[in-house]
Parts: sequence; structure tokens; C-alpha cells
Amino acid sequence: MAVNELQSTRKPPIFQIGAILWLRTNLFSSWVNGLLTLASLYLLYISIPPLLDWMVLSANFNFGTVNILGFEIKFSEVMADNQNCGREAACWPYIYEKLYMYIYGFYPREESWRPDTVYGLTALLFVIVRLVRNYKYKNRVILSLIVAYPIVSYILLAGGFGLLPVVETHRWGGLLLTLVIASVGIIVSFPIGVVLALGRRSNLRVIKLFSTLFIEFIRAVPLITILFMASFVLPLFLESGNNFDKLLRALIGIALFQAAYFAEVVRGGLQAIPKGQYEAADAIGLSYLQKNALIILPQALKISIPNIVGSSISLFKDTTLVLIIGLMDMLAMVNMTSQDPYWLGRETEGYVFVTMVMWVILYSMSRYSRKLEIRFNTENKN
Amino acid sequence: METENNKSNIIEISELNKWYGDFHALKNINMNVKEGEIIVVCGPSGSGKSTLIRCVNFLEKFQEGNIVVSGIELTDDAQKIRKIRSEVAMVFQHFNLFPHLTIVDNLTLAPIWVHNETKEEAREKALKFLERVDISEQAEKYPNQLSGGQQQRVAIARSLCTSPKIMLFDEPTSALDPEMISEVLDVMVELAKGGITMICVTHEMGFAKKMANRIIFMDEGQIVEENDPINFFKNPESNRLQLFLSQILTHDE
Repeated sequence: MAVNELQSTRKPPIFQIGAILWLRTNLFSSWVNGLLTLASLYLLYISIPPLLDWMVLSANFNFGTVNILGFEIKFSEVMADNQNCGREAACWPYIYEKLYMYIYGFYPREESWRPDTVYGLTALLFVIVRLVRNYKYKNRVILSLIVAYPIVSYILLAGGFGLLPVVETHRWGGLLLTLVIASVGIIVSFPIGVVLALGRRSNLRVIKLFSTLFIEFIRAVPLITILFMASFVLPLFLESGNNFDKLLRALIGIALFQAAYFAEVVRGGLQAIPKGQYEAADAIGLSYLQKNALIILPQALKISIPNIVGSSISLFKDTTLVLIIGLMDMLAMVNMTSQDPYWLGRETEGYVFVTMVMWVILYSMSRYSRKLEIRFNTENKN
Repeated sequence: METENNKSNIIEISELNKWYGDFHALKNINMNVKEGEIIVVCGPSGSGKSTLIRCVNFLEKFQEGNIVVSGIELTDDAQKIRKIRSEVAMVFQHFNLFPHLTIVDNLTLAPIWVHNETKEEAREKALKFLERVDISEQAEKYPNQLSGGQQQRVAIARSLCTSPKIMLFDEPTSALDPEMISEVLDVMVELAKGGITMICVTHEMGFAKKMANRIIFMDEGQIVEENDPINFFKNPESNRLQLFLSQILTHDE
């Protein structure tokens, strides 16, 4: 009988390290892969340089003198106008002149500090949530922020209550409106979606039937239809009729629409939770609410994060549809500003600008979701 | 000190029948368990032994019969079910720890939310129980960072945290690697010595021989035979038990 000695551990062998090995394994591992790599390089070659040329190299940056946070920065003697701006490349002074419209819509200029404050508060919110992560009373802090933030934001934006001059919602527009619709839509619809998802899996027949009908009805109808319904049909049932705020009507429609989608996303997460988790929660005597709030939902929502964020990103993009019921979001502002007789034929710049803003916001959302996923990933933590 | 016979029944099961659809899973089960008794339930797979103990804390609904647990009759009443579940703890084959909570949070959950203990009380008690199952240094880790044997010991500690009168074990060692079985059985032996009422569904005949007051053999949804450990193994009466014992003991002895 052979007895082997205990072997000592060692590092894996190192063959070749370096750029050539990396290229060979990742880009030229086979003939097909090599061809695809070359084709992609060619595509990049024919698309990137002209784009770069249009957007930056040949573009017009004659903003005149710009005042950024009290610093005077002189780009050129005078600001370019539509005639001397050039047609072959982007005319960014146009965006600069319309920037206020893109960001605030028709919000009164002298009150623009109010949306700015809301933007600032939102950023502050994220910072605070990060800072208090290890604080003893973090739940209380976060809960009070969740309650206070929407109230403060609403008072700042809409005014009234004898504190600030009223700014009616039909004057809200641009990025401000897009952000309001998207964030209110997402935040309001999420809890409704969770309740609907639980309802659809409930043992109580009536609740299950109602949830299923609601979800399937909403999901079978395009958002445009729901916006039309909310905008034109809803007022027929309400006493206040057409005086009922147009933005609020759109928000109700969007929240209901998104709730149905969140419900299905969350239901997917719920289905992935093993039966044993329910049984263990039952066996230690937790009630239905405790079981779902403490055991099931934390796990189900965690695995749903990519889909929840994906669905939110879709909604964010779908908010551009509100222009058909007469709300002036950022995209609607591109159309509107392009009608300016002094700046005819500059839609392209507008669309490119909106694309970039959207991309920055949505890409950040996507990255944030990735971070959340990693933070909550206790399952495979080692 | 009172003798065995004077002790009252803590679980009374009478005329219990259960069906899954058309399948008759439990047939006319009659069974009483006295306080402090250690009962081992064994039998071939599909014989209804897990179903039986899962009826005791109402994880499974049954269609006919009565179960009375420490004086409370099992009905659909959610209040009563929760009351019984707070006195009856269960240890599962696949541990069923909550993977999103740390070990110590797994243990303090029920004491805090069901038994209204303060966080500090619950934590102190949890650490005590973790020490008892010899795993206190893992308190702040997550379940998936532990081995199967450690996870099952945590699961046992979790069920002890609510100070149950009765513990149900549903094949606690079946999902474990062989070298981890004994660490879990050791904990169970300690518990059994401590005087808690236990019903264990298990194939660990060594444990049954050593600790059980009674062994129950089930087959096809019925209790076929029950006896004290010595006679159970030495003088099995029914053919089915003889066959079963010959199958499972071949490799043991």
C-alpha cells in the first residue's frame, strides 16, 4: 500500500502574460472571432471620427462670455447666432441659449432657485443615505427623510401654503418635468407593485383575482392609451372635472401603469424564493406580514434589482410620451425651441443634447443598480 | 420527581388522515407523546413520516382527525397556529436559514418579532445558544459562509432561541456530508439529555438506539410498529420492519 506525503500548496503556473496573450485569447481566439474584431474596428473607424468632428472638432463653441458660479469665462467676443454658426457641425450656442428651457421649461426665471434647491436636496439625500449607513438610528433617519423629502420638494416646486409664490404645474417643463414624472412614477408605483405581486400569489381568491385582472389589463394596454384615459376619461368621473391638475392625471396613469410592471418583476423574484424559506418563517411563528417583510421580500427584491432598475429605466424613457397629452418634458422642449424663428433648423443639436442628458442619467441608474446588487449580495459572500 | 407514566401527554394525535389530492398520505394515525419523551420516526421514503411531523406545527393541513399540542387543538385559527408554532420548533433537512441575515440575526428574529424581546436580550440569548452548539465565533457571518454541519447547528440554535417545549427534527442529517453528521447528532444528544420533548424523523439508527424512548416505524402512510429501542431492533414483529431493518442495517454493522 502506498502512502503519499502531504503536498504543499503552490501558485498556479504562469505561462505567458501580456498584451499579446490577452489579444489572442479575447479578440483573435478563432478565425470567426478575428473577422468580427476586424469588422468592429472598421465600423468604429467609419463612425467615430465624423461624429467627433461634428460634435467637437468642427463645432461652434462661441458662447460669448459665460458666468459660471461667479467666474467670467470668455469663449468669444460675441455669442454666435444662427447665421454665422455654420451648418456642417454642431452649433452649441443654440443649446446654451435654450438651456433654461431644456432644464426648467416655463418655470419663472426669478424662481429657478427652487428647482435648483430640489436638485441639490436630491443629491444630498444620496450622500446622507451613504453617510448614515452604519449609524445606530439609520432606519429612523432614512424613514424621516423618506417622509420629509417629497413634502419639502413639493412645497419648493409648487409653492403655496403662504410660503412661496404658486407656480402652476403647466409651467413646469424640460428636465425638471421629466425628473418629477419619472421619480414620482417610480416611487409611487413601487409599493403598489409589491402589494399587487403579493396579492397575485395570495391564497385569498378575491384578492388574487383582482390583482391578476389589474396586472393583465394594464400590461395589455399601451402607455399612450393609459395616458389618454387618465387625461381625458378620468376627469369625466371626477367632480372637479377639467380643473383637476393635468400633471396629476398623468402621474396617476403612469403610476398605475408602472405598478403592473413592477408587480410582475417582483413576482418573478418571489417565485425564486425556495419553499423552505416560507416554511422556516412559518415554523418560527412569524405572521404573514412579518414573514413577507422580514424574510421573503428582502430576498425577492434583492434578486429583482436588475429588473426593477431595468423597468425604471424603461419608464424614464417612456415619460417622453407625456408630450402627447400636452405636458412639456425635455423632448417636447426640443420640438418647441426648434420653432424659434431666430434658430430655425437646429433640431439635431437639441436631440443630441437630450440624448446625452438621458444617457448620463440612465447610465448612472444602471451603475447604481450594479452597486446595490454587489452590496446586497450576501448569498455568495466569502 | 414524577415517573414516566404520570407525565401528561404534550402531543395527542388521533384518527389523523391526510390526502395530497387523491393520494392518501397519512392513514388513521394515532399517537401520543409525553412531556420529555424522545421519539424517533423512521421508515422508507414516501412513508409519510415527514408529513406526520409537519402536521404537528401545521406546515401541512390535514383533512381528518385531531391534533392537540400542549392543550391547544390545531384548527385553521391563525392565532392558535402561531401560539403552537411559538412552542414547537422545527429543524429542517435543508436547514432553511435566512441567507440575507447574519447568523446572529437569524437567531434573534423570532425572539424580537414574535416574543417581543428587546434586541439586547435576544442577542445575549442567541450568543449563549451559539456557544452551546459550539459555533459562537461565526455569529457575524452569513449562512452561506458556513459548512453544512455548522449551518444545521445554527438552525438548531435558532429553534432553541424561542424556548420551545417541543422540537421536531425533519431528517436533520440527510443533507450533510458524512463527516459532519456526528457534530449535529452530538448537539441533538445534548438536547435530548436536557429533557426537551423531541420527535425526530431520521435514519440515524445509532442515535435512535442510544437516545429514543420509543421508535415508530411508518410505511405507506401508517404506523406499522412502535416499540422501545431494544425490542425494536431485536424483535421486529412485522415483515415490513424486518425487511426495512435488514436493508438499512446491512452496512452499519
